[in-house]
Amino acid sequence: MLRTCLALAVALASFTAHAQQPLKIGMVLTLSGQFADAGNQMLNGAKTYMKMHGDTVAGRKIEILTRDTGGVAPDVAKRLSQELIVRDGVDILAGYVLTPNAMAAGDVSAEAKKFMVVMNAATSVVITKSPYMIRTSVTLPQVMETFAHWAATKGGIKQVYTMVTDYGPGIDSEQAFQGAFKAAGGTVVGSVRFPVANPDFSAFVQRAKDVGPQAIFIFIPGGAQPAALGKAFAERGIDLHKTKVLGSGETTAEAALKSMGDNALGIITAWHYDYTSKNPLNVKFVKAYQGVANGRNPDFFSIGGYDGMHAIYEALKKTKGNTDAQALVNAAKGMKWESPRGPMMIDPETRDVVQNVYIRKVEKVNGELMNVPFDTIPMVKDPAGERRKQQK
Amino acid sequence: MLSSLAGVLFDGFAYGMLLFLLSVGLTVTLGMMNFVNLAHCSFAAVGGYCTVSVVNRLGWNFLAALPIAFAVGALVAVLLERTLFRRLYRRSDLDQCLFTIGIAFMSIAAFAWFYSTEPQSARVPSYLVGSFQLMGRNFVVYRLFLMLMGLAITAALVLALERTRFGAQVRAAVDNQRMARGLGIDVDRAFMITFALGGGLAALGGALAIEVIGLESTLPLSVILVYVLIVVAVGGLGSIRGSLVAAIVLGITDTAGKYYFPWLGAFLIYLVMVALLMWRPLGLFGKR
Repeated sequence: MLRTCLALAVALASFTAHAQQPLKIGMVLTLSGQFADAGNQMLNGAKTYMKMHGDTVAGRKIEILTRDTGGVAPDVAKRLSQELIVRDGVDILAGYVLTPNAMAAGDVSAEAKKFMVVMNAATSVVITKSPYMIRTSVTLPQVMETFAHWAATKGGIKQVYTMVTDYGPGIDSEQAFQGAFKAAGGTVVGSVRFPVANPDFSAFVQRAKDVGPQAIFIFIPGGAQPAALGKAFAERGIDLHKTKVLGSGETTAEAALKSMGDNALGIITAWHYDYTSKNPLNVKFVKAYQGVANGRNPDFFSIGGYDGMHAIYEALKKTKGNTDAQALVNAAKGMKWESPRGPMMIDPETRDVVQNVYIRKVEKVNGELMNVPFDTIPMVKDPAGERRKQQK
Repeated sequence: MLSSLAGVLFDGFAYGMLLFLLSVGLTVTLGMMNFVNLAHCSFAAVGGYCTVSVVNRLGWNFLAALPIAFAVGALVAVLLERTLFRRLYRRSDLDQCLFTIGIAFMSIAAFAWFYSTEPQSARVPSYLVGSFQLMGRNFVVYRLFLMLMGLAITAALVLALERTRFGAQVRAAVDNQRMARGLGIDVDRAFMITFALGGGLAALGGALAIEVIGLESTLPLSVILVYVLIVVAVGGLGSIRGSLVAAIVLGITDTAGKYYFPWLGAFLIYLVMVALLMWRPLGLFGKR
């Protein structure tokens, strides 16, 4: 009898502790250095979700702990993730702007059995690093292969010249785009890779112009570079009616458009999110986001953070606040929802993001430059993930 | 082939001019005052952000923003020199390096705080945009403008330092401080003005660079700082002519390398630096 009482008391005590203790989410981000903007935007996306949906879910208060890797630093990301789990006792890992950082932290998630939500890191293979990982951003092959196929078929483009930044995601995009473009019957007439830290693009652009391709494909990380590259295109007098410029969403992100001005008109991009979308959910999101981020508009890092929090909240609701990694990942598998970006889903098999890819063109709407979507490829799965599945 | 060469030379020359404008301030402070200022690009960022504010918030013309950027950069440089840097003139190179790197990090945080980490831009007037045709080749107007600015500033600097009384005082103060003081030259003032000049020129370079390389809060410790140090080292410490030649050589090599051998990418500039420094360890025009 005494024993039962004691057990009951202990169970009760642990239950109340369980209910009162905040649920900690450790976000490993790049809050300083070259990718500081990305990290800040992602964090603001997550904060916006919490502002719109409250900071309590399944009876538990959510608390976010942030850590800064300072840039590409897999060792630091790994150590910070470990410390978050061991020392700060976080229940869920989230964030991860950059692929190398996410890869390193994936091991921690797998070994410590912690649910991990990748809110950006877009290299396909990241998702295989931990069975407790989901991704709410985008994968490069998802956009690039879809885009290349679209360009070679519906886009009516027969030959392309590719220009990418010489680093992991750039090379992945180049391979994905070229592969899918050739498979769809197009030819690649040339390619160039520019260094990661490259202030001046004039020579690269001039070379592309002298080749005179029908279209030029660009992949370049966000920051100051897209604008510099876009300006180089404009000032070299590349006529966008004759030579089509194709790029990822970063090429014509908000700051890049502002800086390029009318020179950006006609650039075609493929991407999964843009803040100008008239989707009512997005209008609401953008408004709340501006309140959180001092008037800034959200970008794809923000939406990755926002939807990442959504996945965490919904999974926690299903598990009734249980933070066991297997329970959470099971709850997230196959989860479908309407995001400000459009419909999306977590693939039940690969745990990766499934979403619409929008083909957009830069146009002037009411005097402002915008990425106006004119074609949608619905619910695209990560093609690299599908291939991995077949190999098994 | 010939026309592509002309294009490469033009672009490279203009890029070199931009590097020159960014680094000439450091040539002056590092070369003449022996002060290792790794926070030099912070002044460039001050000029850049100042231009962004003047053009975007006040709505002034880009050209009007340039002198303001220069003045603000010079003012910030004087403030820092009076309060902080002058305490380090007699300290070791390492102390100066560590201290100024710290300043650079703090400036990055300050820019991110006031202007956010978002990349910034400032619209230039329409007559500086676009390109003109010559020999079947496009030449970019803004790059021509950069060249003219670079040449004008070189001429003004060389004249000021070599032909004026103040220039003679600065050179005397640098070469032999005690003797200069003995002759009644106000060495403190000469150094302060030199520092202001260095900071102002960096700020002007930073303002002019927005249109080519963009502007981010991380500029003070970006690859631009590496290029600036290369220009100063290859040109020879304290030699304005040396910096000019070095900047043009590096600008043209970089551009030609990227155009003709893109797979070499950005490495060519470093190869050229190594070769030049092996040939002349003191830099092209270095004396000390």
